[in-house]
Amino acid sequence: MPATTLDPYMKRDHVAGHMDVEREEKERLIGQVMADSRFGDYLYGCYECGICVAACPSARFYDFSPRRIAQAAARRDIDLMFQQMQEDIWECSQCFSCLRCPRGNNPGGVITIMREVAVKEGLHSAKDALAGYSRIIYKIMSTGTQVSPDMLQPDAFPDWGPEVKDVSENLDLWRRMLPPETMHTTTTGWKVADRTLVELYVIWLETGALDMIAQVDQGIHMILEEIMEEKLEEEGIEI
Amino acid sequence: MSDGAVSVILGKKEKFERAPDRRSEDFHERLFELEAEGELVVQRITGDFVEVPTKYGVIKKIQKANLWHHKSCGQCGHIPGYSTSIFWLMRKLGYDYIDPEDQTSCTAWNYYASATSNQAAQAAVAVRNFAAAYETGNFPLIHCGTSYGHYKEVRAELLHDGALRQQVTKVLHRLGKQLVLPEEIIHYSEWLYAVRDEISARAVRDVSGIAVTVHPACHYYKLVEGDAIFDPDVYHGQRTAAVSGLVLALGADLRSYSTFFDCCGFGFRHILVQRDFTRSFATLRKIEVMKEEADPDVVLTHDTGCVTALDKSQFAAQAHERNVGVPVMSEAQFAALAMGAHPFKVAQLHWHSTNYRPLLEKMGIDWEAAWAEFQEDAKRLKSGGQEFLTWADVDA
Repeated sequence: MPATTLDPYMKRDHVAGHMDVEREEKERLIGQVMADSRFGDYLYGCYECGICVAACPSARFYDFSPRRIAQAAARRDIDLMFQQMQEDIWECSQCFSCLRCPRGNNPGGVITIMREVAVKEGLHSAKDALAGYSRIIYKIMSTGTQVSPDMLQPDAFPDWGPEVKDVSENLDLWRRMLPPETMHTTTTGWKVADRTLVELYVIWLETGALDMIAQVDQGIHMILEEIMEEKLEEEGIEI
Repeated sequence: MSDGAVSVILGKKEKFERAPDRRSEDFHERLFELEAEGELVVQRITGDFVEVPTKYGVIKKIQKANLWHHKSCGQCGHIPGYSTSIFWLMRKLGYDYIDPEDQTSCTAWNYYASATSNQAAQAAVAVRNFAAAYETGNFPLIHCGTSYGHYKEVRAELLHDGALRQQVTKVLHRLGKQLVLPEEIIHYSEWLYAVRDEISARAVRDVSGIAVTVHPACHYYKLVEGDAIFDPDVYHGQRTAAVSGLVLALGADLRSYSTFFDCCGFGFRHILVQRDFTRSFATLRKIEVMKEEADPDVVLTHDTGCVTALDKSQFAAQAHERNVGVPVMSEAQFAALAMGAHPFKVAQLHWHSTNYRPLLEKMGIDWEAAWAEFQEDAKRLKSGGQEFLTWADVDA
């Protein structure tokens, strides 16, 4: 297999250390992307005008182009779309500045679907991209709020200035000095009722969102499953 | 590329059909149609409301009182003065509200960052929150730009995708809830815009000498953009009037800059695990351009992610001698300060990174005295004399 493809739109076959797969497998994966009910609303061809690229923050800092995403999808270029699923999609900022497209395309939306398929199918690229992100996933799924005050630790955010240390050292006291009663918490953004958490767990289970976690991080999946089962049992809800 | 290669590429293109009108739809008709068919419940605007103009001329109604605060995980998590200021403003203007415990995050931050969720899960979380608000009789007010944009996407999907509607309804029935959608999805910034003259009338600090640049949140006006406020009197209707409209009403010196449309660089995943990207974009494309072209005393925005990316990115950039050093906060914090709020007990500026003290001095606020007061309260709490600071303490 050549290191560089002859197709000028392709990067390298072995993208970011991920092996190529058979054509049938690519068709199966991209087929899932195109079968998503949102796909038809997100893509209307491409003028190749480049406005999306001009508006895109990621295009300025990575070898990334929302236009390439739209073009690949418009051409139904299975090889290129697979390659993008292995690399490009994780560079998108999901700001949706690309919606400035005069054709009405939504490359950011196409990427959302591609990411979902990458996660659901447990692609290596998704596992790599989400390494280091597990704490957020755990937080949101187990507590209902995803940014908690106690995440602000100086060792995790040394580049955010000395105030992070002040916040961390005074966390409990400063949280108690907030006048809204729901915000005295430190492990969640605000106080979330137990019943609400149970309802959230039912949603994760019923919609298959919990199953998606198993594909990218078995460890978190096991912990979340245990927490949810216990909580649902307490509330007398059968899974 | 050879002509042959171009022909091959063009030949592979699909044909696309679409409606000629690209404007985002006025969803109201479909919403009430589905209600009439018994598919969902519409929570209506009640009591006093203000009509505001949106991008394509559809009028949006903003309910003034009895609001159910859909809080933001980021604001409450690490910029708490943001939410506190919104509550404080509502209390000062005399509007009742509910600060609920049966609300979750919209979960969109995680979704946009990791995709470890799906369309049905996201929609179910949204309508569970809407149903919780409906059950109290209070109308939801969304604090976060991403929650606001995401919920509008969810609304469009639920209105047009019967299978999704069915799936979500089934999940909600398991929770003993109905499928509820509010008549309007309202961002707190729109509420501030609606009551901007009331805020201005209650201002006790002169902010006319304060130079302000505005960074509007991408998810506020780029996602389902037809719903965002555009006012002919603000930037001739060519830019969203959210935030800027309030700045003008307060009489501050609103200044323009050329990268207004650019994102802040937050990036969801990037702010946590690829911060070099966030930092570079926030400082090079936003803060430095603002400094060069507008020289602001403060940057005002209306989304957690934007405050975070723009405020926290400036510290490390100083080491590279970049032209940075502008305080960043939400317009709610700025409005509260203008109305006399305490900079620490209400605006909670000590949670911010970039130096805000010169701004406070320019606004006529003695920050040293205010900090001493805050420390006094802290001492009282530390000694066990009092467990929590209350609204009464804040206004004392």
